[in-house]
Amino acid sequence: MIVNGATVEAEVADRTLLVHFLRDVAGLTATNVGCDTTSCGACTVLLDGQSVKSCTVLAAQADGREVTTVEGLAAGDGQLHPVQRAFQAEHGLQCGFCTPGMVMATVSLLAENPRPTEEQVRTGLEGNLCRCTGYHNIVRAVLAAAGGAEGQESR
Amino acid sequence: MIPAPFTYQRATSVDEALDLAADGGEDAKFLAGGHSLLPLMKLRLAVPTVLVDIGRLGELSFVRDEDGHIAVGALTSHHDVVNSALLRRELPLLAHAASQVGDPQIRHRGTIGGSLAHADPAGDLPAVVLALDATLVARGPSGTREISAADFFTGLFETALEPGELLTEIRIPKPGTAGWSFQKFTKRAIDWAIVGAAVQGDQVALVHMGSTPLRAAAVERALADGAAPPEAAARAAEGTSPPDDINADGGYRAHLARVLVGRGLAESRSRSGQGHT
Repeated sequence: MIVNGATVEAEVADRTLLVHFLRDVAGLTATNVGCDTTSCGACTVLLDGQSVKSCTVLAAQADGREVTTVEGLAAGDGQLHPVQRAFQAEHGLQCGFCTPGMVMATVSLLAENPRPTEEQVRTGLEGNLCRCTGYHNIVRAVLAAAGGAEGQESR
Repeated sequence: MIPAPFTYQRATSVDEALDLAADGGEDAKFLAGGHSLLPLMKLRLAVPTVLVDIGRLGELSFVRDEDGHIAVGALTSHHDVVNSALLRRELPLLAHAASQVGDPQIRHRGTIGGSLAHADPAGDLPAVVLALDATLVARGPSGTREISAADFFTGLFETALEPGELLTEIRIPKPGTAGWSFQKFTKRAIDWAIVGAAVQGDQVALVHMGSTPLRAAAVERALADGAAPPEAAARAAEGTSPPDDINADGGYRAHLARVLVGRGLAESRSRSGQGHT
């Protein structure tokens, strides 16, 4: 499996879930296990560029594929990804538990729809729950990231 | 939660998948996107001993125009169904209903074939293919056969598929110019339907009004006899056996069916003749 650009090889039990492979084998613990029932989205990562809930994917299903976790978003020099910067600037988090999943779901959403309306952001993040109910700032952060990313490109 | 132990095998062709399933015996299951099966396995509601992963069989992921009908590969993800220009043009009911399944992450992984083979009476797509008079194509050790959607759903989470038989393709006749509507009543965005209704012209199917998806036969008969849509919709719960559960009792579901079919017929008629060239 290629995780955040680096090959990670391991023999694991057939029933190993992707989220456990990422946390326990690859040592990437930013991806959280929340509900463990495909509901909350805390475990969202990118599989070949698309958002997936890694509690409901077998590690074996991701064998040989590209997985991106929130640890893989920042540039090599430590510069945060535009979506991470927007979440920081707009205070798109409270306790932070849902944030890695929110950020990854946002990256996937903006890849499919770079200029979403507010309603499209809200439906686009319907698979991610924030138990602090901090949705308003999360939506603002996504809209800011959408505007900001375009601003960067036009520079 | 992790599933009980099983042996994972990955197929590289449909033939190999059928062989692996046959070797695996009665407790072998096909794994597509895994978004129905893996949650059940984590809860020990399904305990297959062998999982045959068909997730990389590109030959089963397609949407094709075949003159009289549209052919959709069983492994086509909900995401790809939603975004297929062909389906949006020819079968907007299916493309729209697929956009109402789960959430974006689930739609990236979940497949149309997996959803139909899972046969959850609360699932959206079983009722949609039933309303559309689809034909389901299955391949098994003894060859290929076609099963009408009306014969496919045989009970709660049960289908006409034999052990070792793989759903490969869904063939849906082009509905012509009739309008369509998909109505889904949920408490929260990502929930299963408490009740839903799929409408294509005068063909109406119900979600979660029995142990299988159901055609609203009394509504269809009333429309055929010339009843006005609101009058026909009032008969939506006839012949159904809606379940009682934590979300709703059967009486409330019957009420929802009448309301949703009424809205669906009204919306369908308002769209009639639109969306086709």
